[in-house]
Amino acid sequence: MASGSELTSLTAAEMASAVAAGEISAVELTGAHLDRIARTDLHVRAFLHVAADGALAAAKAVDERRAAGEPLGPLAGVPLALKDVFTTIDMPTTCGSKILAGWQPPFDATITTRLREAGVVILGKTNMDEFAMGSSTENSAFGPSHNPWDLARVPGGSSGGSAAAVAAYQAPLGIGTDTGGSIRQPAAVCGLVGVKPTYGGSSRYGLVAFASSLDTPGPLARTVLDAALLHETMSGHDPCDSTSLDAPVPPVVAAAKHADVAGLRVGVVTELAGDGYASGVLSRFNEAVELLESLGAKVTEVSCPHFSYGLPAYYLIAPSEASSNLARFDAMRYGLRVGDDMRASAEDVMSLTRAAGFGAEVKRRIMLGTYALSSGYYDAYYGKAQQVRTLIARDFSAAFEQADVLVSPTTPTTAFRLGERADDPMAMYLADLCTIPGNLAGNAAMSVPCGLAPEDGLPVGLQIMAPVLADDRLYRVGAAVEGALDQRRGHRILDEANGIERVGDASAEAGR
Amino acid sequence: MSITRDEVAHLARLSRLALTDDELDRFAGQLDVIIGAVARVQEVAAAGIPPTTHAVPFSNVYREDVLVPCLDAGTVLAQAPAAEQGRFRVPRILAED
Repeated sequence: MASGSELTSLTAAEMASAVAAGEISAVELTGAHLDRIARTDLHVRAFLHVAADGALAAAKAVDERRAAGEPLGPLAGVPLALKDVFTTIDMPTTCGSKILAGWQPPFDATITTRLREAGVVILGKTNMDEFAMGSSTENSAFGPSHNPWDLARVPGGSSGGSAAAVAAYQAPLGIGTDTGGSIRQPAAVCGLVGVKPTYGGSSRYGLVAFASSLDTPGPLARTVLDAALLHETMSGHDPCDSTSLDAPVPPVVAAAKHADVAGLRVGVVTELAGDGYASGVLSRFNEAVELLESLGAKVTEVSCPHFSYGLPAYYLIAPSEASSNLARFDAMRYGLRVGDDMRASAEDVMSLTRAAGFGAEVKRRIMLGTYALSSGYYDAYYGKAQQVRTLIARDFSAAFEQADVLVSPTTPTTAFRLGERADDPMAMYLADLCTIPGNLAGNAAMSVPCGLAPEDGLPVGLQIMAPVLADDRLYRVGAAVEGALDQRRGHRILDEANGIERVGDASAEAGR
Repeated sequence: MSITRDEVAHLARLSRLALTDDELDRFAGQLDVIIGAVARVQEVAAAGIPPTTHAVPFSNVYREDVLVPCLDAGTVLAQAPAAEQGRFRVPRILAED
């Protein structure tokens, strides 16, 4: 029998084939990950809720199905960390907010259902910036998660808990949501693969809404193939989500195995570089572009002149939608209720509850959205932002005439220190500078590790962007970059994450 | 473009947020900076450009009108902040005067 750390360091694909072949049981595999969580999560704080009993029961069901000779899906028995923004009937769903602390939803999200049906073992619910608003998990009401590369740094956000769990080998797979970069940015700063599928490619039913026209669930993984396997498992048309695309899931697994960029036209976005980008981020990015060229890709520069207006447009559109979506937290039917002394009015109870239940960033965004939608300001702010959205989509269309995929750094810097940007909302917002255009246009995008910044030894992400429903191109390019870099190094970039070793040492010390 | 503390207090009322004086002071400064930054969208020459409300265009989405079971009252009320006689109990909704 393999040791626990041997099991947790396998890829999801390897785990699934070992379970299918009967070399390991799903229960044994789940147990190894639960042990790893117990040993490391005091330091990483990736999980808000660990569902040990439920996970072991789900694993046992997979083992029984195998024993009965039933066919198993490509991820059956593989453990996963689920962002606490998806409803789960057997686990709390808090969105990192006090207003939903302890809420146990009466239904499963479609994504949750698809995972269960595929035999994926949900280990628990992961930490996040409150209602997915943030880039560090520091906006979680339950405290921040820590980056396994350096525990004094942020794991990115808002899906930082899922990213930290996967980077700390607590789970081989994680699910996040990406509204302005919330999958890709944590993937980049934790040295992972993270994908924002085409908008509408993955279901939003049972995903607690932040900005409905932008929210997109997607996979986090340690390898491109693992991300593809999860992408295929979680995606596809859902009649319960009226914005779900009624189209086949792009062939992402086949593309990840194909990994060939010969003749592919790669466009470097001129506007996504320059001032504000760390030198190590730019040098690794430029090397990745040279690597693609050496693998046979045809590299050109493309200009997307309106991308520089993406950030301001996003911080009008997303808060506007949020101010409307979060009106449902009214203290009447579920969640927190404060100040109900039988005399206070419903309106007063509502205001007291929302003031007590929401954190500072959520309050800022609700007020910002309320402002942008106010009569007198609507045309100058929300209306103008929606026109910018059209111009950004047109920039993408023009760029995709010249190139099959576009590339840029995923985020301007490596992981920043906890607390460094916590009191400066605008500095925090800059983390999403390169990822926001993809959300506004709804196309598919991936972050794949492309090396470590020389100045701090922390991971850098390469962002790959593809047209709507051409998600498979991301995997083709991502797998080519991953394969070439792994071969050059002789190991995966994540193997150099020594924060994890320090976590292990600290636990060993504590255990003595 | 700038936003005053009084305007932020008005936004807080519209947003149903009972903010403290300290919060109003802090948010007024922060929102002023943020609104100044997002106002950059006004630099864009956008005459005649249609707005985009949604990343991927949809027309009405129809489905067959088939009955499906809904949640029972007990399940729904189990998560209510307060329930009475099989219903949500809510604070009074009309003012006293």
